[in-house]
Amino acid sequence: MSDLPPPRHPSVEGEPVPPDARPYSEADDPTQVVIPTSPRNEAIVAGLLALAGLLGVAFVVVYVLVDSTPLFGLTLGGALLALGAAAIVAGKGVVPQETVLEPRASVAHPEDEAATTALIRSAGSGVSRGRLLKLTAAIASAGMGAASLATLASFGPWIGSRSVPSPWRRGARLVDEYGRPVRADALEVGSFVTAFPKGADIDLLGSPVIVVRIDPSEVDLPPARRGWAVDGILAYSKICTHAGCAVAMMRYPLFPAHSAEPALVCPCHYSTFEVATGGTVIFGPAGRPLPQLPIRIAADGTLEAAGPLSGDVGPAWFGVNRA
Amino acid sequence: MSIAPDKGRIGAAVEAADVRTGRVPLARKLMRYVFPEHWSFLWGEVALYCFVVLVVTGIYLAVFFDPSYQQVVYHGGYAPMRGERMSAAYASALDLSWKVKAGLLMRQTHHWAADLFIASITIHLMRVFFTGAFRKPRELTYWTGLTLLVVAVLEGYMGYSLVDDLLSGMGLAIGWGVAMSIPFIGGPIATWIWDGPFPGTTAFESRLYIAHVLIVPLVIAGLIGLHLLLVSLLHHTQFRGRGRREANVVGAPLWPAQTFRSIGLFLAVAGGLFLLGGLVQINPIWLWGPYHPFLGANGAQPDWYLGWLIGALRMMPNWEPTIAGKTIVPNPFWGGVLFPLIVFGLLYAWPLLERRLSGDRAAHHLLERPRDNPRRTAFGVALFTFTAVPFFAGSMDRVYIQFGVPYEGAVRVMRVLWLVLPVVTGFLAMRMCRRLAAAELRPLRGVTARMVGRDAAGGLVAGPALLANPSWRPRMEPPAGGPPAAAAGLRAAVAQLLVRARRSVLAAAILAAAAVVVLAALAGLVVAVVLAIAAAGAPTWLAALIVAVVLVVACAAVAAAARWSA
Amino acid sequence: MRLGPRRFAALTAAGWALGALALLLVAPGTGLGQGETASVPSAAAQIARGRTLFVTGCSSCHGYAARGIHGVAPSLRGVGALAADFYLSTGRMPLDSPAVEPTRKRPAYTPQQIAALDAYIGSFGGPPIPHVSLRGSSLARGGSLFMDSCSGCHQAAGAGGIVPGAFAPALSQATPRQIVEAARIGPYLMPRFGPRLLTDAQLASISRYVEYVRGSHNPGGWGIGHLGPVPEGMIAWFVAVPFVLLVARLIGERAEA
Repeated sequence: MSDLPPPRHPSVEGEPVPPDARPYSEADDPTQVVIPTSPRNEAIVAGLLALAGLLGVAFVVVYVLVDSTPLFGLTLGGALLALGAAAIVAGKGVVPQETVLEPRASVAHPEDEAATTALIRSAGSGVSRGRLLKLTAAIASAGMGAASLATLASFGPWIGSRSVPSPWRRGARLVDEYGRPVRADALEVGSFVTAFPKGADIDLLGSPVIVVRIDPSEVDLPPARRGWAVDGILAYSKICTHAGCAVAMMRYPLFPAHSAEPALVCPCHYSTFEVATGGTVIFGPAGRPLPQLPIRIAADGTLEAAGPLSGDVGPAWFGVNRA
Repeated sequence: MSIAPDKGRIGAAVEAADVRTGRVPLARKLMRYVFPEHWSFLWGEVALYCFVVLVVTGIYLAVFFDPSYQQVVYHGGYAPMRGERMSAAYASALDLSWKVKAGLLMRQTHHWAADLFIASITIHLMRVFFTGAFRKPRELTYWTGLTLLVVAVLEGYMGYSLVDDLLSGMGLAIGWGVAMSIPFIGGPIATWIWDGPFPGTTAFESRLYIAHVLIVPLVIAGLIGLHLLLVSLLHHTQFRGRGRREANVVGAPLWPAQTFRSIGLFLAVAGGLFLLGGLVQINPIWLWGPYHPFLGANGAQPDWYLGWLIGALRMMPNWEPTIAGKTIVPNPFWGGVLFPLIVFGLLYAWPLLERRLSGDRAAHHLLERPRDNPRRTAFGVALFTFTAVPFFAGSMDRVYIQFGVPYEGAVRVMRVLWLVLPVVTGFLAMRMCRRLAAAELRPLRGVTARMVGRDAAGGLVAGPALLANPSWRPRMEPPAGGPPAAAAGLRAAVAQLLVRARRSVLAAAILAAAAVVVLAALAGLVVAVVLAIAAAGAPTWLAALIVAVVLVVACAAVAAAARWSA
Repeated sequence: MRLGPRRFAALTAAGWALGALALLLVAPGTGLGQGETASVPSAAAQIARGRTLFVTGCSSCHGYAARGIHGVAPSLRGVGALAADFYLSTGRMPLDSPAVEPTRKRPAYTPQQIAALDAYIGSFGGPPIPHVSLRGSSLARGGSLFMDSCSGCHQAAGAGGIVPGAFAPALSQATPRQIVEAARIGPYLMPRFGPRLLTDAQLASISRYVEYVRGSHNPGGWGIGHLGPVPEGMIAWFVAVPFVLLVARLIGERAEA
């Protein structure tokens, strides 16, 4: 093939060959040119191209006639694959197969480096009070930096003593997702239900509590929380104190002799909170207990809060109260 | 000799371009740009092509997606969700999947492309790391690539968080919890990003959207451009071989061969992704339902590239240092912030660390094989194990469902493995590299030949057999009349594999990966057996004793087998 | 390795097969030996037959008179035919060892034997076997209720999950009747849902949703078990990556050795 450049020196003529390029011996010379001239490969490429075209048309037909994602994928993906296979066969078996050698030019230019350094320095050739200018430049950067950082503060509200506002107040009625009051007698021993303060936004992180009923004899709250449970019914914030997922799992043993104690579990990282002792962590990565909501039964048999939540809702942050 | 000018339309076009730009000499030079040939050099290209597929499918999705938390009532094609209140974002994603023709194909292809995008970047990173391609003068290329990985992971996370189904909501809650956990600045940062406390306002969804479809893709495209510019300025690295030197590049020219091959690779990647997108269902968002902070579902996992972080979050003991009853470091910080900081910090620092450790400040264009630098390989394998253990731990709950291993005990064992296994695999990698390197010096090791020569005094001296030509390899064939046929076949296959591992990076990589997996599986098996015996009522010490005895017997058997095969 | 979830399924199936085989071997021989008559026996005869089966198959743990044995197994007086039907029709009882979590197996008894045992346990009082009709149930309502009460443990598509200390089984084989029974009993570590928390009609809607979601409604192709990102990652690494590796091997030759 006369219209191909010689493989040894593919770079543009006139470019100097680096001095360290030793001559290559016959055994060491990696360069080669192979012209495949394979009618068989050309036929394969032609077949694949035709297949790609057919599959492309098939995609359009399928798209017009039916709505089937697998058929779309088969036809469109198949067309692309056939086209890709054609290109690969062409690249490996139709066009000239060359192994060429390009001398690697040195990246560094010591003369230009020195000249550039001198050029940069030349700006300060007339300066007599360099230190003063450096000092004032430092003052300017500090001032401007502080000014630009200060504006960041207005992008969002600053975190106060609470990250998540809690709508729970003494006397707040417990209602379900649809606003219906939660009755104490709806809960059997071993049941749970998700409740919200009446009138509050259910998507507020401080709203959801998980109300659980266990056997009253199992309740083992610390003395400071006496009266927070009524007839074995306890309520805890449903937001995990580890990373903020919903504590959506409850386990309650049918036959306690063979299985674990009643607990609330977060499905994200399996933090496990003991129900009977006030939401203490018994397994998993959570560092703080679940905030407890003291509850009582109103005259009409529905549940209501006897006070606010015992702690901060949701994941911890720097400086949050541990309990 | 010069290329004869082509007559006809091509010639006219070239001339027209030259007259208008004067850059045809550059184009001519570029067309002869040399690509060293090795399959492992193609993973960066694969990542690039995944990005192209992501952009194309992403634009299609953006046409139909409505990034708003505005509450609507769903009336679309998925029956179980009709009448449900949900965000406009989720409703439009459902419509995209159930109503828009080919919408599901595009969404699934987009998701598969994201999975493959980050997988190929990871493999590319490992290739670059284990062959020393990051060495001077390519540190900048390495760091831009590493930054691309970080940004790509963030982009993927934002992508599946946009949909506002239960899975994305739970992922965002965890992201918020992790952001909150950073000491001093976490609370304000999280509150700032989410425009208030989680789950944030619709302004947050709009921020997430603009970041996912514009800002981060621009950053990725810019980094890719910078990465490719740096690559082409310095030209490619290459493995040692015939005529390959520090001062040259040997390979296929861009035109014609490499152009066709690259186009073929792009089309094959795209075709494979569309096939997956049509045939294998990914992230069926309709199953998860709309997100509310009070809902949670079992089996909620992130996409694979965040699996190592959820594993780390799950495995951490519940340490939360406090001062005077105030939390100083919230727990998600350890697994969600500190752990990735350590891993990526080490990866970023490694070129500098290695330079300091080895004292090698020279520029390198010839690659090393993993065995050529046992220290680096050992470090890389250890770091890989350090991220792989939590990765497996993160998906173990799904695996345990299938195998019935108690979760709590397994987590405790995994914590130990997290610290112990990296040391073990690093040590094994170091040994394996040294042995492979030694095998190259003495390929007849195991053959009891000795070399006899004459010393200066004229006496005969015997020494180990060394080869004049180090590239010569003995042919490994089963000896006639040896062990029974099946065993001989196995031995031959093993020997063949080992010979291949000495020659081929792929075989060595597969062997190494298999070794890590087997090791992890063995460790898991031991754990499972101990726990299973313990669960059956035996005291733990008895279980451990039984397993220890079995292990010793197994080791003895393996040792005997090894001796027999040698 | 390549078809991770499918292999899991195969392993699980093999496990079940082995378990069922073991159960068949240890199953009460007397019960299996008796010929089943086509005629419906009287209530008293049913109870008597159930008692015989109970004494041979269940009394070693639950006590001779179904009063339970302290620390071994609970009393069955008052749990009703509902509980007996749930545990026997899902193969959860009899249990090899009382300390392990009962899981779904092939039932050890024939339907007639289960009916007899149900009658015997039911004779001590307690809730009867519920009659569940899906007529009038709402798929959308069921989906919403499932998300509120069930998916926390059983996963969004009912594919099963874990809680520390127990497995929440997959609902792939649960019948509507068994779903109602499980909700009322709260087996092993599962919480209990009384009729005032979830009515029979609401549970029927949940059952309808479970039946829908586990069916083959996979518009996007192969559903890979509805298990979410874990099998998806496996497909990415064990299908997509090897495919690309293959293409790369075809394109990029090694430098000659």
